[in-house]
Amino acid sequence: MTGDEHEKERPDEPAGLRGLMDLLRPRVSMGQLAGGLLCLVLGFAVVAQIQSNERDTTFATARQDELVGILSDLGQRSERLRGDLRDLEDTKAQLERDAEGGTALEEARKRATTYGLLAGTVPAEGPGIELLITDPRRGVKAINLLDALQELRDAGAEVVQVNDVRAGVDTYFLDGPDGVQADGRALAAPYRFLAIGDPHTMTTALNIPGGLVKTLQGAGADVSITPRAKIAVDAIRSP
Amino acid sequence: MIALIGLMIGVALGLLLQPDVPLWLEPYLPIAIVAALDAMFGGIRARLEGIFDEKVFVVSFVSNTVIAALIVFLGDKLGVGSQLSTGVVVVLGIRIFSNAAGIRRRLFGA
Repeated sequence: MTGDEHEKERPDEPAGLRGLMDLLRPRVSMGQLAGGLLCLVLGFAVVAQIQSNERDTTFATARQDELVGILSDLGQRSERLRGDLRDLEDTKAQLERDAEGGTALEEARKRATTYGLLAGTVPAEGPGIELLITDPRRGVKAINLLDALQELRDAGAEVVQVNDVRAGVDTYFLDGPDGVQADGRALAAPYRFLAIGDPHTMTTALNIPGGLVKTLQGAGADVSITPRAKIAVDAIRSP
Repeated sequence: MIALIGLMIGVALGLLLQPDVPLWLEPYLPIAIVAALDAMFGGIRARLEGIFDEKVFVVSFVSNTVIAALIVFLGDKLGVGSQLSTGVVVVLGIRIFSNAAGIRRRLFGA
């Protein structure tokens, strides 16, 4: 071993510059050539190692436990990032739910329209019947008109208009001194009901034996029922 | 002199050829290089002290590198590769420093 060589002999005087020149003096022998060859290999290896080290210092030269450490670091990092991803997905889902708020708004508008139709605050149009009650002998009372309205509602009429009065949940008929009043407004004969709903069902309901039509005819009125594909109800109630 | 020329040629060859270190050699080459550096410094010191022997130099050079690489290899197999290579580098570093100190004493008497 080279480290032990100096133990053998110990010349005391420093070699100085002369020693250095002596070191560099070329001597040719097998041993010198072998040393030169080894130094060549050493220089080559040093340069190769330095260059490969500069190329990639990360994984290729790492040992197993270092790789395990790197892997575990990466695992933790990936776990953290996955948590971030979950948070972001939640936010995205919330935003999407917000976007669905648009459809909820649409739904709410539809419901508002439906409720408006039922409450009578919006005009309506659709298939239905026209019920015309002519009353030449003025025998038709408020109760008969109320019966007619109830019968139409029972038969599935969604929107009903009597002359120019839109029927609502609180519509009332009253016998006044000069005719029948509906919701405080005087109705003049003939009474014309516009009902939107299934025409066939309503016609059948009105025509049942002992039903509305018979009662009205008994009271001296003429009743005509006309199914229409399109009934326009323009009268509205103020909300 | 020949050793110095050989070293220079080796560096030049390495720069010219741009060699790739084989994968199986990569953990051991740095340790082997440090061991070889130690052997080289030891050789210079022995030369300055007048006790240089080519055979001793060649044998110590080869055996130092091989043993250093073997120790690291064994450490890898035992699962203490990184610690053992650190230990080898420390020991070889100490030897390099002591050899350098010997060279310095020889050359400058200080």
